[in-house]
Amino acid sequence: MSDLQTPASSPTAGAATSDAPSTATAASNASSAQAAGGRTFLPRNTLLRHLLVLVLCAVGAVVLLETTDLGFNAQVGYVAFYAIAAGGLTVLTGLNGQISLGHGALMAVGAYTTALLLDAEEPLPLVVVFLAAVALTSLVGAIVGVAAARLHGPYLAGATLALAVGLPGLALYYRSFLGGEQGLTVSSPDRPEWFTDVIRSLSGGSPSGVKWIAYISVACLLITYFLLANLMRSRVGRTWRAVRDQEVAAELAGIDLGRWRVLAFVVSAAAAGLAGAVLALVVRLTAPTGFTIVLSLSLLTAIVIGGLGSLLGALIGAALLVFLPRVLRDAGESLDMDAAQAAEISYVVYGVILVLVMLFAPAGLVGSIRLAWMKQRARRAAGGTTR
Amino acid sequence: MREFINLTLGGVITGAVYAAFALALVLIWRSTRIVNFAQGAMGALTTFIALSLIESGQSYWVGLVVALLAGLVLGAVIERLVIRPVEGGPELNAVIVTLGLFIAIQALISVLFGVNQRAFVAPFSTIGFTVGDSNLALSPNTLFTLGAVLLVMAGLVALFRFTRVGLAMRASAFGQEVARLLGVRVGRMLTLGWALAAVVGSLAGMLIAAEVTFVAPTFMDSLIVFGFVAAVLGGLDSPIGAVVGGLLLGLALSYVRGYFSDTLTGMAALVILVVVLLVRPGGLFSTTQTRRA
Repeated sequence: MSDLQTPASSPTAGAATSDAPSTATAASNASSAQAAGGRTFLPRNTLLRHLLVLVLCAVGAVVLLETTDLGFNAQVGYVAFYAIAAGGLTVLTGLNGQISLGHGALMAVGAYTTALLLDAEEPLPLVVVFLAAVALTSLVGAIVGVAAARLHGPYLAGATLALAVGLPGLALYYRSFLGGEQGLTVSSPDRPEWFTDVIRSLSGGSPSGVKWIAYISVACLLITYFLLANLMRSRVGRTWRAVRDQEVAAELAGIDLGRWRVLAFVVSAAAAGLAGAVLALVVRLTAPTGFTIVLSLSLLTAIVIGGLGSLLGALIGAALLVFLPRVLRDAGESLDMDAAQAAEISYVVYGVILVLVMLFAPAGLVGSIRLAWMKQRARRAAGGTTR
Repeated sequence: MREFINLTLGGVITGAVYAAFALALVLIWRSTRIVNFAQGAMGALTTFIALSLIESGQSYWVGLVVALLAGLVLGAVIERLVIRPVEGGPELNAVIVTLGLFIAIQALISVLFGVNQRAFVAPFSTIGFTVGDSNLALSPNTLFTLGAVLLVMAGLVALFRFTRVGLAMRASAFGQEVARLLGVRVGRMLTLGWALAAVVGSLAGMLIAAEVTFVAPTFMDSLIVFGFVAAVLGGLDSPIGAVVGGLLLGLALSYVRGYFSDTLTGMAALVILVVVLLVRPGGLFSTTQTRRA
C-alpha cells in the first residue's frame, strides 16, 4: 500500500476520510524502513530487514543489561511487559482501528495462568507455561473479539471498559483458587546452568534471578515485536488497514470484516497474555489491584504518545510509563507529599498528555516525526520538478 | 420473600442513580456524539469538593449546591477547552480525549484529597423503615435519593419540552447546520449541554456517595461502567431509554449481588451489555436501522 502512495499525498489523503481514525494513525501508514525511498542501507526484503534489526536489537539489549546494575535490569523487565502489551494494543488500535480498554484484564488472564502453573509441585518448562498463558488469553480474546467485532468507537470502548472492571471480580469470587484480594505470589523459575556459564563468560559478573528474568523479558519482547512487525508488513496488516479506513470498500473487495477484526483481537490478546506472563515473573505477585482500569489506560497512553500503530512508538511509550513516574514521584516527594499521593502525579500527567497529544499531535511522537519527514521530502521533490 | 422485596427496593434505588448517570451520558451523546468517559471522575471530583466542605463544618446542603455548581463550571470549561476541537472529528480521538480526562481528573483527586477512603455522612437517616418486625431496605435517605433523581428528570423533561433554550438544544442536537441557519448559537448549546450533564453527574456522585458511605477517589469507577451499560440498554440516544435501562440494570445487579456475590456485579454488567449489543445493537428501544457509509 505505502509503496504505491506518493509521500506527498498520504498525509492529506489520510485526513480526508472522516470515518477513519485518520491522522491519529499516521504512524502506522508509512513504510517502516526507507524501502520506498531509494537510499537505504537495510535489505529490501522485509523478512531479512526485520531479522537484521532483531539481531541488532538483541545485541544492544545484551550490552545494555550487562553494563547496567541489577536495579536497572529489573526496570527493563517492567518496560518489557508494558511494551509487549502496548505492541499488541497498537496493532489493534492503530492498524485495525479498534480501541480496547480491556487489555489490563487480558494481562490478568496471562498473569494468573502463569502464577497457577508455576505454583505446581513439578512446574512445567517455562516455555510451556508461557505458551499456555498465551493460548488461554487468546481464547478469551477470541470470545471478546467476537463481541467486539460488531462494535465501534465509544461502544467498543465502553464494552471493554466493562471487561476491565468486571474480570478482576472473578479473582475475588474464586477466592480459594485465585487468592482473592491478596492474590497469588509467583514462585520464581530456576535459572538454568548454561545461563550462569554464559553470563560468567560474557561479563564475568555473577548472574542472579533478577538478571535471568530480565533476559527472559527482553527475549519475549524481541520475539513479539519481530512477529508483530512481520505481520504488520504482510497481507494481514494491509487487510487490517483496509478494514480500518474504508469498511465498505474493504467489504466490496471480498474482505470479511468481522473475521479480520476477530483475528486482530486474538493477535492483540495473545500479546497481552504474554505480557501478563512476563509481568507475573517480574512483579512476582498477581493481585486484582494490579489489573485495574488504570493499567489499561496506561497502555493506551503509551501507544498514543508513541504514535498509534507504531511498534517503536509503543516501546518508547512503555519506557515512559516506567521511567516518568520515578522522576515525578521524586518531584512530588520533594513537595512534601506522601508516597501514595506523589505516585498519582504521574497519572495526572498521563491524562494531560493524552489530551494534549490528541489535540495537537494526534499522530503521536513517531507519527509526527514521520509526517514531518515525508512533508519535507515531498517539498524537496516538488521543488526539484519545477526548477 | 422479604429478601426478594428488599433486593427489589435496593435495585430500584441504585437503578435510579444509574439512570441519572446514564441520563448525563445520553445528554452528551445526543448533542455531540461523544460518550463522556470522564463523567464518573468529574462527579467524583465535585463530590470530594463537597465532602471537604462538609468536613470543615458546612451543612450537607451547602456541599450539595457547591458540588452542583462546580459540576456546571467543570462541564462547561471542559467542553470549551478540550472537547470542542475534537467534536465532529474521528470518533477514536474523542474517546481518547475523554479517557485522558478520566485518568487525569481521577489522579488529581488523589493528589488533592489523598488516596484514603473517607466517611461520607448521608443527609438523612440510613436506617430502614420497619414494617411489622422486619427492616425494609427503604430509609429516609433512599427516599431522598429517589426524590432527587425524579426531580432532576422532571426538570430535564420540562427544560426540553417547554422552554426555548430546550428547543434550541434539541435543534442543535438534531441538525447542527440547520439550527445554525435558524439562528441558534449551536456552540453555546453544546457547552450548555455538557454543563447540564456534568451537573447531573455530580448529583449522581453525591447520591451514590451517601449510599456507599465510604468514598475513595476511584468510587465512581464502577458507576461509569454501570451508567454506560444502562445508557446502551436504552439505546444511548433516548432519555426515557436511559431511565428504564438504569432501573432494569439496577434490579438485575441487585439480584446478582443478593443471590450470588457482590464481586460478580461487574461481570454481570459485562454479560448484560454484550448480550444487548449482540441481540439489539440499537438498544431495547431502537426503532430505526443504523445506516452505514
